[in-house]
Amino acid sequence: MSKIDVKMTVNGKAVETKTEPRTLLIHLLREDLNLTGPHIGCDTSHCGACTVDLNGKSVKSCTVFAAQAEGAEITTIEGIAKPDGTLHALQEAFRQHHGLQCGFCTPGMITRAYRLLQENPNPTEEEIRYGISGNLCRCTGYQNIVKSIQAAAEELSVKEAAE
Amino acid sequence: MNVHADTKERVEKLQGLGSSRKRVEDARFTQGAGNYVDDIKLPGMLFGDFARSPYGHARIKSINKDAALAVPGVVAVLTAEDLKPLNLHYMPTLAGDVQAVLADEKVLFQNQEVAFIVAEDRYIAADAADLVEVEYEELPALVDAFKAMDDDAPLLREDIKDKMEGAHGPRKHHNHIFHWEEGDEAGANQALADAEVTVEEMITYQRVHPCPLETCGCVASMDKINGKLTLWGTFQAPHAVRTVASLITNIPEHNIRVVSPDIGGGFGNKVGVYAGYICAAVASIVTGVPIKWVEDRIENLSTTAFARDYHMTGKLAATRDGRITGLHCHVLADHGAFDACADPTKFPAGFFHICTGSYDIPVAYCGVDGVYTNKAPGGVAYRCSFRVTEAAYMIERMIDVLARKLDMDPAELRMKNFIRKEQFPYTSALGWEYDSGDYHTAMDKALESVDYKALRAEQQENRAAFERGDTRKLMGIGVAFFTEIVGAGPVKNCDILGLGMFDSCEIRIHPTGSAIARLGTISQGQGHATTFAQILATEIGIPAEDITLEEGDTDTAPYGLGTYGSRSTPVAGAATAMAGRKIRAKAQMIAAYLLEVHEGDLEWDVDRFQVKGNPDAHKTMKEIAFASYNQAIPGLEPGLEAVSYYDPPNMTYPFGAYICVVDIDVDTGVTDVRSFYALDDCGTRINPMIIEGQVHGGLTEALAIAMGQDISYDEIGNIRGGSLLDFFLPTAVETPLWQTDHTTTPSPHHPIGAKGVGESPNVGGVPAFSNAVHDAFAHKGLTHTQMPHDHWRVWETARKLGLTG
Repeated sequence: MSKIDVKMTVNGKAVETKTEPRTLLIHLLREDLNLTGPHIGCDTSHCGACTVDLNGKSVKSCTVFAAQAEGAEITTIEGIAKPDGTLHALQEAFRQHHGLQCGFCTPGMITRAYRLLQENPNPTEEEIRYGISGNLCRCTGYQNIVKSIQAAAEELSVKEAAE
Repeated sequence: MNVHADTKERVEKLQGLGSSRKRVEDARFTQGAGNYVDDIKLPGMLFGDFARSPYGHARIKSINKDAALAVPGVVAVLTAEDLKPLNLHYMPTLAGDVQAVLADEKVLFQNQEVAFIVAEDRYIAADAADLVEVEYEELPALVDAFKAMDDDAPLLREDIKDKMEGAHGPRKHHNHIFHWEEGDEAGANQALADAEVTVEEMITYQRVHPCPLETCGCVASMDKINGKLTLWGTFQAPHAVRTVASLITNIPEHNIRVVSPDIGGGFGNKVGVYAGYICAAVASIVTGVPIKWVEDRIENLSTTAFARDYHMTGKLAATRDGRITGLHCHVLADHGAFDACADPTKFPAGFFHICTGSYDIPVAYCGVDGVYTNKAPGGVAYRCSFRVTEAAYMIERMIDVLARKLDMDPAELRMKNFIRKEQFPYTSALGWEYDSGDYHTAMDKALESVDYKALRAEQQENRAAFERGDTRKLMGIGVAFFTEIVGAGPVKNCDILGLGMFDSCEIRIHPTGSAIARLGTISQGQGHATTFAQILATEIGIPAEDITLEEGDTDTAPYGLGTYGSRSTPVAGAATAMAGRKIRAKAQMIAAYLLEVHEGDLEWDVDRFQVKGNPDAHKTMKEIAFASYNQAIPGLEPGLEAVSYYDPPNMTYPFGAYICVVDIDVDTGVTDVRSFYALDDCGTRINPMIIEGQVHGGLTEALAIAMGQDISYDEIGNIRGGSLLDFFLPTAVETPLWQTDHTTTPSPHHPIGAKGVGESPNVGGVPAFSNAVHDAFAHKGLTHTQMPHDHWRVWETARKLGLTG
């Protein structure tokens, strides 16, 4: 099948590659760019394991063609920590509050929460639960994920107040 | 320095037993640096995909591969005809049956594997799968297990139609798999005949699926130069996979390496051996390049490892004042098209005979008949020990049914019949020896914690308000008390394909006092690298953070039977403690030499051996480790290593008391879980943070099963519930807040007293939810309805009781 050119910025780096028009963004990220943090957990856009940040919105990258991401700014779990390796407050909070077990949903979950906390820096528990309802977890029962996101929100607002 | 303060500090530094140590696994998972099977990329790797049957039951008249092979990028298309010369068109199942790897002349369930396509990428493989032309002749499908043994039932398994002796005894019918029974049937019947009160219910535990977020998959790589086959895959039992792979491919076992990388949840789904693994291995052997096969979600839900599908008829005999005098139970077990049930060999119905539950029932019988139907094979233990959640659901529902009949409070009826603390070790009427328990204390604590009396009073008010028309909601209180049986198991009666169900740990202490330990198990999210290091830290006095844990690579790890049935802590955890004790025994000899005293003059203190009565004369484990590498000690070999293969003397019996409160809107059937209290007793607690996390997760899976999961088939064998469009996985919104609690009754036979916990919440959770829903309607005469209690079914119940508006 003939290929088309796509350009995008992924985790702050310019990417230029060729891909089939039918290639899904998740496959481009995982297979061509070796960004295997986002995962594939279903065929029907339910599980959210493939969640990435695209132009400031959480998207399920299994439901976006790579071609649709032409010119986009994309952040995956690999781009959430600072370039110097300092972890994002969410990454630290998930560890502190046992917000993960098998780890398969975690990249999508953290990437979604990363956007959620920009949309709503001080969410209530209910807002967090609704805010991550596009991301399924089979291990944790969500309780510690919610706690992790609450803790990260507090940490980020303390930081912001200090700055 | 104050000796006690010093000791406390040293204990804390170890982060051993009882510490809520943060997980060492999390750094990679939170940064997207996990390494799951689909992340593996090898040079020249090709992709496999299946062409699958659209029919539930059909004869294959012809297969034409030409169009598929003509697709650019397609390398091979395999069918049963290609596998026959290798004798690989069928594979042995864990239950003593065989299963078609690729359909041989017939398909027996929808989405059964018919052809395996190998192509340069997964898109091309999927294109070609659609182009495999198969001509089918549709046959009548058998989907109702109750009709499987009718005289005119269609013949499903032509391959074994003349084989009337199955793996577990004689077969009564061509669709019959086995009859298995335990207990005293005449005695149970007599108890029922003599009883003042009896109850009977047919209780179905519907077909569900473990559905871990990562599906099953593998990468097979045959190195033709050195003759070595490597299999990376989602294997809950990598060593057993290696042995099975060797037996069926005739590749010597030393030339097979099986690696389980990070696994994205298992819950029983990843215990079995699937057609995709065999086809990927064959394709790699044929092509000489690595082959990746990863199933998609629909393939996962419709082909690999369903769970339950048990139709259980329970009968209880009791006195008028609520003393249970007998249990009789018969199960019709729907195993699908092949018996690929994952149970220890001698137990075709798993440990279902734990069905007397937590109660002192003097006489009991259970019988199980397994049958073939045109459904996917499986029958795995979905987050429970083998068939234990079925047993717990049956007895916990029956107890509630009996309570209604006696007009007794269900908690009181349970208390009245519990095995008493002083009866342990307790031998049940069906032959199990319960190791330890204190059920009354656990139940008392649970009832008090939720203020059960106040809840019942509130329910009375709610019912009165409902009658007055002041509310359209009914309140239900579900009580469940479960006893799990985990840690399979003693080699004398537990094996899988002849492999005894021991487990193992090998420890090496490095010269500078850090260590590596390797186990025969494999974590799928349980956090073994964190918790097993804690067991060792306490045993050998080396801080947990200085101990690396490795699992899952058969070239390096000692042989073990893997992780399922909550067996890791009871079996491999015990092996870890025992290997640690071997290290400590040698360390004691080294310390005695260094301190120039007799071994008997030394005592262990947290992280060191010290001379009794003179704690200043001591050698720390770190000092001993170095000495083991640089001192010529008479009579001792250099180095500090140990291995333990642990054959458990008994199973362990974790238990718990769960109480759930629901509010049901009778006009919509919407069931709101107001609160859920879970008290678990899993013996010694290794890491409370991880235990609580496991309980949260298990309860959420129980919620899904009780309130929504259902894989059913229509009359021609089309699967319903085969994708996440209609297979219920709760989101954070539907999931309530879980309240956890515990008591601690150590196992007397486990080296550290631990019992295992991961599956308890599923076992106890399902009956707690179900009992709560039934309880809401109990005063209207409801005894039993089938799960799942989704909105529609609950509304139907309300409607039939004349409660809807």
